[in-house]
Amino acid sequence: MTSAVAQEPRAARPAPVLRGYRFELLKLVVQWRVRLLLLACWLGPGVFVAAISRQSSLPTDTLFGRWMGQTGWAGSLVVLSFCSAWVLPLLTSLIAGEVFAAEDRVGTWRHLLTVARSPRRVFGTKALAALTVVVLLAAGLAASSVVGGVAAAGDHPLVGLDGHLLGPGQAAGTVLLAWAAALAPTLAFAAVGLLGSVTLGRSPMGLLLPALLALLLQVVQLLPLPVAVRVALPSYALLAWRGLFTDPAQGGPVVVGVVVSLAWAVTATALAYRLFLRRDFTDLAYDGPGGRVLARIVLPLAALLAVTAGVVAAAMPASGSGIDRSKLQTSMATAYAHLYRLQSRELRRPDVTETELRTTATCDKGGSRVDDVGPGNDWRCVVSWHIPGATAVGSAIYQLDLTADGRYVADGDGPQEVNGFFLVHTRTGDAPNPLWQFDGSVDLLSATSKG
Amino acid sequence: MTVRARGVSKFFGDVVALDEVDLDVAAGHVHGLVGPNGAGKTTLLGLLLGLSAADAGSLEILGTTLRRGSAAPDGVTGFVDGPGLYPWLTARQNLDAVASLRGDGRSGIPDALEQVGLGEVADDRVRGFSLGMRQRLGLAAALLVRPRVLVLDEPANGLDPAGARQVNRVLTGLAATGTSVILSSHRMDDLAALCTEVTLLTAGRVVFSGPVGKLAAEIGELDHRLRTSDPATAQRVASLTPGLRVLPGDELFRRPDDDVLCVRGSVPAVDDLVERLVGAGVAVRELAPVVAPLEAAFLALTGAADGSLGADEPR
Repeated sequence: MTSAVAQEPRAARPAPVLRGYRFELLKLVVQWRVRLLLLACWLGPGVFVAAISRQSSLPTDTLFGRWMGQTGWAGSLVVLSFCSAWVLPLLTSLIAGEVFAAEDRVGTWRHLLTVARSPRRVFGTKALAALTVVVLLAAGLAASSVVGGVAAAGDHPLVGLDGHLLGPGQAAGTVLLAWAAALAPTLAFAAVGLLGSVTLGRSPMGLLLPALLALLLQVVQLLPLPVAVRVALPSYALLAWRGLFTDPAQGGPVVVGVVVSLAWAVTATALAYRLFLRRDFTDLAYDGPGGRVLARIVLPLAALLAVTAGVVAAAMPASGSGIDRSKLQTSMATAYAHLYRLQSRELRRPDVTETELRTTATCDKGGSRVDDVGPGNDWRCVVSWHIPGATAVGSAIYQLDLTADGRYVADGDGPQEVNGFFLVHTRTGDAPNPLWQFDGSVDLLSATSKG
Repeated sequence: MTVRARGVSKFFGDVVALDEVDLDVAAGHVHGLVGPNGAGKTTLLGLLLGLSAADAGSLEILGTTLRRGSAAPDGVTGFVDGPGLYPWLTARQNLDAVASLRGDGRSGIPDALEQVGLGEVADDRVRGFSLGMRQRLGLAAALLVRPRVLVLDEPANGLDPAGARQVNRVLTGLAATGTSVILSSHRMDDLAALCTEVTLLTAGRVVFSGPVGKLAAEIGELDHRLRTSDPATAQRVASLTPGLRVLPGDELFRRPDDDVLCVRGSVPAVDDLVERLVGAGVAVRELAPVVAPLEAAFLALTGAADGSLGADEPR
């Protein structure tokens, strides 16, 4: 072969990963939309939590909302609850769902691949940059809500979901752990966003895929699913973090939820990677694989759901809905004992320990004609306890609204002197009566009692 | 040869984009790819840039055989289907990214911008650039890499005459330093001025490949417009010239011009006509092909010529 060019040909050198990553990051953060999101995530929650914490009317429907005026750590958890439903999937839509589609929209694929010279590295750096921005946004939500909450309501102990008190240090650590747990499903949604972006190109469906998946999963969570399927959903870790706020922590659902989310993140990313490498960038008519989407992305993810549900069902002792009378009674008795101690301290009554109280709960769902299993707002519990030195046994009645994810709200139904008043008069002023209404959580994955 | 393709084929499903294409480009040559829309020019340029692999045949660039999954070797750059710039980045940021990703220094950015006449808008966002400015910025991005093989798809798109001249100057300069330039264009005048060789594609097949002059010679007869001092005599002389036919003017022009005579014939026949006119005392004020030779060849070889312009169709 002859060549007039004196230089020896050099093999292709792909663009260095770090430089590619920096370029992808630059392309994201110079967009006003992304900057606005960063600003909103780093400022919005703080302002929101600070404003709400100082109001007399608190969002008691939201987990930890009733404690926002008492401790700054509750505000961050309210933001986490709210974000778990919509905000985190939507953020992943706007970042990960856009990162590949943007190149289709502005027609830069061929330029980028010519310059970077490695589709593998282009994929890797894009995924990494999207991941970085998503994590930055989530970190902003967490940091801002913590700062806003602590600044407005102070660094005080937090009442856990079983009524026990978490000191400020422990609360801080657990709140951060909860945000970290929520990051796993966020990554799963981000990976689905990458998949949608790679597969559907310029189509708005690609951008919206994580948000649509989140909506679908929320609808599915409302259905009476077996616990194994519920826990195998990639969004479950967005609910499971609350198990960290019991003592001992309900670690099983958190771990399973995180592992499932990471499995989704890895699978969806691998699918996106495979589809990306198989794309022919010289085909100017390419506009996504069209009708093959079902086979390429839906079926593998459905298969993953089936596999994870099967593994969870085989490995975990729970069955059915994961909710039964025995679990609820244990949870109610524990929560009540802790909260009774809290109320005693607030009212400056002599302190008693949970052991001394020997609290028990008897729960029933919908009377004798209904099985005492599963979620519902027809649960009723009678809690009994012993006061040291007294022969009489105290008792209180609660109506429960127990949802399929194991969360319940216990609403006091007498006697009035125990749970009839919204506020209690403490030495420092009025405070919420911890026994008037409280939140609790049933561990769905612990062993289900037989009969 | 810096580029050597043998029997290259490419399919998109049932569509044959390239059908056993051969291509040779030597160092320092400007090679034009010509063909109607959908002929496979962009696909071929994409293969040269390593954006995709051929389904059959072999493709060798700078001594490296391109295989499926392998990128084009260092020194190969360019653009297909537009220069591919990020509208929300400035011109300098776009070039900075190219320099960074290709591992080349950023010191060449100001010079590259100046070469294509964009030095003054270096810090403006590309969003506000015209098509011609984007084309020139795309060329600047290619220059940053110090190309040995430069692949450009329609680089003259959207360029005003001054911009086109500037781009042509840059490309000619690159070729003079040993760079092989392979470009596609629909502007035959640009190709004729720039290219030493052309490859004519139609429906994915090569119908001609070689020097531009040889392509022009492929077509036997050309239509010429002739303006003289005495149109009536000129028409009479032309009709008597062997190998020449006088065409009705309104077949060629939307606005008939009584002073202009249209004739069809080979170059020697036209030369003969000029001699006869001079002998008859008729001054020749203008003699030019109606369609440039390269364009005429393109129209003839691709079968794109309609009845009025086809050089090889009987009238």
